[in-house]
Amino acid sequence: MLNRRNFLTAAVGVAAAGGLAACAKEDKASTGTSGGGGSKTITLGFSQVGSESGWRSANTDSVKSAAKEAGYNLKFSDAQQKQENQISAIRSYIAQKVDVIAFSPVVVTGWDAVLKEAKAKNIPVVLTDRSVETSDQSLYVTLVGSDFTDEGRRAAKILEKVLEKAGHKGAVKIAQLEGTTGAAPAIERAKGFKEVMDASHKDDWKIVVSQTGDFTRAGGKQVMAAFLQSNPDINVLFAHNDDMAIGAIQSIEAAGKKPGKDILIVSIDGVKDGFVAMSEGKINAIVECNPLLGPQLMDVVKKVKNGEPVERWIKTKEGDFMQDQAKAALPSRKY
Amino acid sequence: MSTPSRWRALTHHHLFWPTAVLVLLLLVNVPFTPDFFSIKMTGGHLYGSLVSIVLFGSPLILVAVGMTLVIATGGIDLSVGAVVAITGALACSYISDQADQSALSGVLLAMGIGLLAAVVCGLWNGFLVARMGIQPIIATLIIMVAGRGVAQLITDGQIITINSEPYKLIGGGYWLTLPFSIFVVAVVVAITVALTRKTALGLLVESVGGNAEASRLVGIRSRRIKIMVYVFCALCAGIAGLMISSNTSAADGNNAGLWIELDAILAVVIGGTSLLGGRFSIGGTVVGALVIQTLTTTIYTIGVPTQTNLVFKAAVVIVVCLLQSPKFRAKVFGAKFGARFGPKSGSTPGAKDGGKPAAAPSETAATTEAAPQMEVS
Repeated sequence: MLNRRNFLTAAVGVAAAGGLAACAKEDKASTGTSGGGGSKTITLGFSQVGSESGWRSANTDSVKSAAKEAGYNLKFSDAQQKQENQISAIRSYIAQKVDVIAFSPVVVTGWDAVLKEAKAKNIPVVLTDRSVETSDQSLYVTLVGSDFTDEGRRAAKILEKVLEKAGHKGAVKIAQLEGTTGAAPAIERAKGFKEVMDASHKDDWKIVVSQTGDFTRAGGKQVMAAFLQSNPDINVLFAHNDDMAIGAIQSIEAAGKKPGKDILIVSIDGVKDGFVAMSEGKINAIVECNPLLGPQLMDVVKKVKNGEPVERWIKTKEGDFMQDQAKAALPSRKY
Repeated sequence: MSTPSRWRALTHHHLFWPTAVLVLLLLVNVPFTPDFFSIKMTGGHLYGSLVSIVLFGSPLILVAVGMTLVIATGGIDLSVGAVVAITGALACSYISDQADQSALSGVLLAMGIGLLAAVVCGLWNGFLVARMGIQPIIATLIIMVAGRGVAQLITDGQIITINSEPYKLIGGGYWLTLPFSIFVVAVVVAITVALTRKTALGLLVESVGGNAEASRLVGIRSRRIKIMVYVFCALCAGIAGLMISSNTSAADGNNAGLWIELDAILAVVIGGTSLLGGRFSIGGTVVGALVIQTLTTTIYTIGVPTQTNLVFKAAVVIVVCLLQSPKFRAKVFGAKFGARFGPKSGSTPGAKDGGKPAAAPSETAATTEAAPQMEVS
């Protein structure tokens, strides 16, 4: 069934591409006139994954407000986590002859056909947040997004600071709450953390337990409750996102321990509730994964439109926060 | 009664195999968590692995109990996960709008709104199944898919965090040193058992499941019974939704109760209720739900690598289901553990219909006989 559907999609794609190629000649004239004037407002077609989390809604808001500020004409669509929705959105942007197409791919593969259509019409494509796997690297110009592996590395580095500040001595027994199994952020954050750990703390740090909490509070809470039973000597928690850390904090408290003191906590993301917990002293440090990439995206779109060269991967600007910065940073948290 | 025949009676009890698996799973934890069975007082309440299992397992028990009755009528309810999400989302978003989040009246009203929405979902499912004659799996699929979207609409795609002490009690608080959710579950289970086993209601549910048309012809209002079980199931899911959101003091429209319908169906099956309908065991379902929750906890404690979690879970579930099959037991362990086949099979209490689709009247007769047995649980 699925195969048949994929085949149909592909067939429609090929047909559409053929059709577009056929009318490419007459289109040229019209694109020429609209692209000629440099002062004309840029039209950006943006296809979002969906609205599956607070992080994602913050991401959407950022793109919308940044486009407004930059004075672009933004055509926005929500794919509701479905690739076929996203493909049809991109196709409609191609038909509307937008200047630049940007999108956060729902999944990694299956984009070649529609991206080739965009390329045939000379519409540059910018990826945001997530990457795609494609045989032809020229199908997209650049990726604006976070480096998850580096976030893992930064988490390990900030843990060094946290341990030093807490005056911790002796073995560091780490519990790791992983994200959804198989998700890129989960795999890469774990990888980055382990990299630093193996390089500079081979003897004194040890991940004693590691399990997935599915990026959710309920998951983090349940897994941590089990960890505390099986390994009561855990003294550090590394959570792949704030929500799992917030869930885990509740379990730590139920076990009669003090989060942030008896068990030092480092997490990634930097959502508002995470900062609230940090300002209460329950999380020791947060590595930011910034969804507010709107302004950077608009910058890139302008450069791409003007034909300026851009880097292949534009990493989002992100910060690391310790407890003493939490209170000051809290009001700036929008999501 | 001689010892062998007692042993025989014991192994033939419908709760024997699920309970055996539960005990075995609990024992597996001991080498990994030395004081697994110890329960101590921490911060004014009991604390220990067993307490955690019951606390985190409560929502699943509730959903599974509701699911049991639906399955007993030969139906299935896939929408429970979405109902969990909707109820939690409604209750939390109402509370978060209050000036005083801890005001009891506001919390009660929020819970009322949530449960009302759950009942509406149940009525809708019941209406589609009983009145419109739509296949239960399709009818309930509608809310399963659309309901989560509704929940996200209510929460605006965000996780709503609340700070309300009374609301926290339902799923995360303690009462008389025990998790409050244990009392909620106990009350719901007690009411369900009383209604289905002390009144004719249980028999009616089973007869509708055995043969809806025949039941109607003997004067049972099978449609009404069906609508009732779907509403009851949704209500159970609603209470579970309040519990799940209360446990973390947050409503997560996207993840709350995700896939709980599958765990609930599994719990029902492990508990010995036939998916064909016509008979059920509430006690078995409770044990089944505890087996699943213990299995989850076991995975966390014994250090199964994340990537193989589901494989491990699947392997255990396969073993449990095989143990539940009288045919399999007869093949592997010999006749001693297996059910007797042949004409007598229908009257063996607790044994499933050994592959023979019995005619409805004899089926009903068998369940009447088996009914007092089930009360023991």
